[in-house]
Amino acid sequence: MEVATVLFYLIAAVTVGSAAMVAFSRNIIYSAFSLLGTFAGVAGIYVFLGADFVAGVQVLIYVGGILVLVLFAVMLTHRITDVQITNRAVGRLPALVAVGILLFLLVQSIRETPWRKAKEIVYAPTTAQIGDLFLQSYLLPFELASLVLLAALIGAVLISRKELKE
Amino acid sequence: MAIGLTHYLVLGAILFSLGLYSVLTRRNAIAILMGVELILNGANINYVAFSHFSTGGLDGQIYAIFVIMLAAAEAAIGLAIVLAIFQIFHTIDVGAVETLKE
Repeated sequence: MEVATVLFYLIAAVTVGSAAMVAFSRNIIYSAFSLLGTFAGVAGIYVFLGADFVAGVQVLIYVGGILVLVLFAVMLTHRITDVQITNRAVGRLPALVAVGILLFLLVQSIRETPWRKAKEIVYAPTTAQIGDLFLQSYLLPFELASLVLLAALIGAVLISRKELKE
Repeated sequence: MAIGLTHYLVLGAILFSLGLYSVLTRRNAIAILMGVELILNGANINYVAFSHFSTGGLDGQIYAIFVIMLAAAEAAIGLAIVLAIFQIFHTIDVGAVETLKE
């Protein structure tokens, strides 16, 4: 086997293993820290797909931002003195069966569909082209995105501040 | 067998299924949000894989960046709501939160 193939399976195993930990762990802190493996593994997958800028964004926003935010929320709402099972789950068996059937169907249809193939697969730096696309074809969504982020920022501050009781 | 589009799509499907399982079974609001993040990551892998193997352009990557941006907004708002719920109910078990107001 090639080195790249081995590397791909390694990264995929880390990603799926951490995601399984997130889904099945009985302790919310273990779940939160396992998200790190998933996010970093997905960044590695992006590198395999020749998406260098998206991989960088993934590390910056997911690992550096969202993960820290999740950890903050876990620590602020977690009562250390409470019982060990902080990440309760109900209805495991029906959910497992339903999700298993869904996954089987998805994999089956992925394998049977004749996907369209690109004429050539290129590995080239993408950042400059993405910048051009954002300021040309995708200018309106790009500007809307900034508005959405501003609204989310104000909303988050407004919701999480303490109410002043008079 | 060389690594092709199918491998990436299956990886995305596995992440999606694990995220869906989290959303379905968890009773902790933060764990449900973690499941949503897994689902979004699975969808993003599909976007980038299709843009690499099928269309050859960068449009899929642009969509992935937009999804990441919306995930950041969703995490900020969702966790702020969770903290507000915790201040009022002193628990974040979604089974115990039954009213919209104190």
